[in-house]
Amino acid sequence: MTVSPPLAPLTPSADRLTWRTALRRLVPANRKARVGLAIIGVYVLVAAVGPWIVQSLMGLSPTELTGDVLQSPSGAHPLGTTQDGSDVLAQLVVGTRTSLLVGALAAVVSTTLSVAVGLIGGYYGGTVDSVLGALTNAFLVLPGLPLVIVLAGYLRGRGGPFAVALVIGLTGWAWGARSKRVQTLSLRGRDFVVGARLLGESNLRIMLVEVLPNLLPVISATLMLSLVTSILAVSGLDFLGIGDLNSVSWGTMLYFAQQRQAMVAGAWWWFVPPGVAITVLGAAAGLVNFGIDELTNPRLRGAGGKAAKTRKPRKKGVR
Amino acid sequence: MTATTLPVGEAQPSQPSDTAGAVRRRRGGRARVLLRRVGFYLGTAAVAITLNFVIPRLMPGDPASVILNKLAQQSQVTPATEKSIRALFGVPDEGLWQQYLHYLAQLAHGDLGVSIAYFPQPVSEMIGSGLPWTLGLVSLTTVLAFLLGTGIGIVSGARPGSRFDSVTAPLATFLGSMPYFWVATMLLLLLSVTVPVFPSQNGYDLGLDPGFTPAFIGSVIEHGFLPAVTIIVSSVGGWLLGMRNMMITTVAEDYVTLAEAKGLSRRRVLLAYAARNAMLPQIAGLAISIGTVVGGSLLAEAVFAYPGVGYLFYQAVVNLDYPLMQALFLTISLSVLLANFIADSVYVLLDPRTREDA
Repeated sequence: MTVSPPLAPLTPSADRLTWRTALRRLVPANRKARVGLAIIGVYVLVAAVGPWIVQSLMGLSPTELTGDVLQSPSGAHPLGTTQDGSDVLAQLVVGTRTSLLVGALAAVVSTTLSVAVGLIGGYYGGTVDSVLGALTNAFLVLPGLPLVIVLAGYLRGRGGPFAVALVIGLTGWAWGARSKRVQTLSLRGRDFVVGARLLGESNLRIMLVEVLPNLLPVISATLMLSLVTSILAVSGLDFLGIGDLNSVSWGTMLYFAQQRQAMVAGAWWWFVPPGVAITVLGAAAGLVNFGIDELTNPRLRGAGGKAAKTRKPRKKGVR
Repeated sequence: MTATTLPVGEAQPSQPSDTAGAVRRRRGGRARVLLRRVGFYLGTAAVAITLNFVIPRLMPGDPASVILNKLAQQSQVTPATEKSIRALFGVPDEGLWQQYLHYLAQLAHGDLGVSIAYFPQPVSEMIGSGLPWTLGLVSLTTVLAFLLGTGIGIVSGARPGSRFDSVTAPLATFLGSMPYFWVATMLLLLLSVTVPVFPSQNGYDLGLDPGFTPAFIGSVIEHGFLPAVTIIVSSVGGWLLGMRNMMITTVAEDYVTLAEAKGLSRRRVLLAYAARNAMLPQIAGLAISIGTVVGGSLLAEAVFAYPGVGYLFYQAVVNLDYPLMQALFLTISLSVLLANFIADSVYVLLDPRTREDA
């Protein structure tokens, strides 16, 4: 299609990342990624100490049934109350903890699986790669949500929210595995890997010490992405009423709001906050993902608004 | 969302070497690659069929007996029904391999059992009536979201950092982060409850007779509008970001510089040189995104009580209608695989690289 001289590798050269340099690089020099990480940090903080503040300091309960039914936001209830008289702010904050924990578990499960499959397939190549690749592609094209819905349909809340997290983690690894395989494939022939092999290092050691740190940017991107997709999936299941309805999460909040006709009653304070919480978290992960794309692909870097002017790649001069 | 990450893997295109040998290899390569894809999709279909077999048998207890008991509460269960439910959901005292063969034979006859919630109705009939709705909704919205996202992505990626780009890129990130069911709920609230412009449920005005009459078609469009907007709003961001990022990469390529140097119009450089190549990962992404869009459509349909397979699926799960649920899982998976196969084959025809190194 085109005739052009071989390209320089798109990943930053001086290629080799050790664990230390890789970790340092994880605190991104990229503004978008930083903003995204900061927002996620706020969520983690809310999940960690929020329930204690809301319940112990402010005396609000996410589950207590009171006579204050469907009240709009006020001093006593900053985000109003539900049909049952429970406090929406307390539900939102406790739901943040549930949703984050469930999403994190699912993300860790799926990312671990994807790293294992991608790294092993990409490193060994040959038959191992073909088999793992076929399996990955099969799970990639099989629609995830129907599978999760069927499994959750049988579980019906048994095993609590973590069973659902496990199901989502076990079904959602394929996308990450593919990007990790591609990256490993491109690393396999680099000098430092070949060198390590010639020195007689074991395959396991080469994979863990030489290859894995170089995958870190891709891994963290997958982790963020699967955190968000997992939270979305869990919320979707909860919203449909096939997750664990006894737990307080963003999804169950929306489920009950829908069931109790909050929309018809105009109780926006009930169903807007959980949706906004999910969306903002998703956008934060999107920013991180965006920033990491820019880090791994230097050509995207020019797009960063003001910062771009000082760091414009040379090619931009053409225009 | 998925399309966003595509450049990570695909951003290092191995430049094709246009030698005579490569050209010769390509000719035979195309058929071989397509054949391999057929093999892969048949294998994946086998995985889906096997999953459908394994899942009910992994579950604690004996789902088949539970289903038969429920059916018996409603009316007499005929031996034929009992046989089909057993074949689909498990026979406790039979070897797994034996069960698998019976199950396959059952599927080969197209018998997917009867619904519990709508008792004497065979699930295959129910799915048959829901499938056209979902098919129409998903295919239309996928095409629209793809065109819209890719189009804006071209403009946005051609001048990264421009005012247009600095509005659309964050907006796309934001839109892509909104969960389908929440977008659906908000649209329902704004345009159906608060300002009643659009109907809140069903696929058409139930007072009308289905048929190719203007009134009926109008009613279908009116009812499908909000579900369609939901899917487009939630999926357009991924296309936009994917295309934008690929455009930025492609615009910096030497052949684009050459085209500019030749004095070609900017429009031609962007569309025929840059966008044409940047489009390939998008088309590869099309195959993969179908599954995600179908998933989103399931949620949107549940919110709008749209009469497609998604709403059926929702009802099946809520009513513990396991035969319907399993059959829907199988149908949806196989349909998505078929759609994938088509999109994939188009990709093989378009991208010469896949013919060489696959």
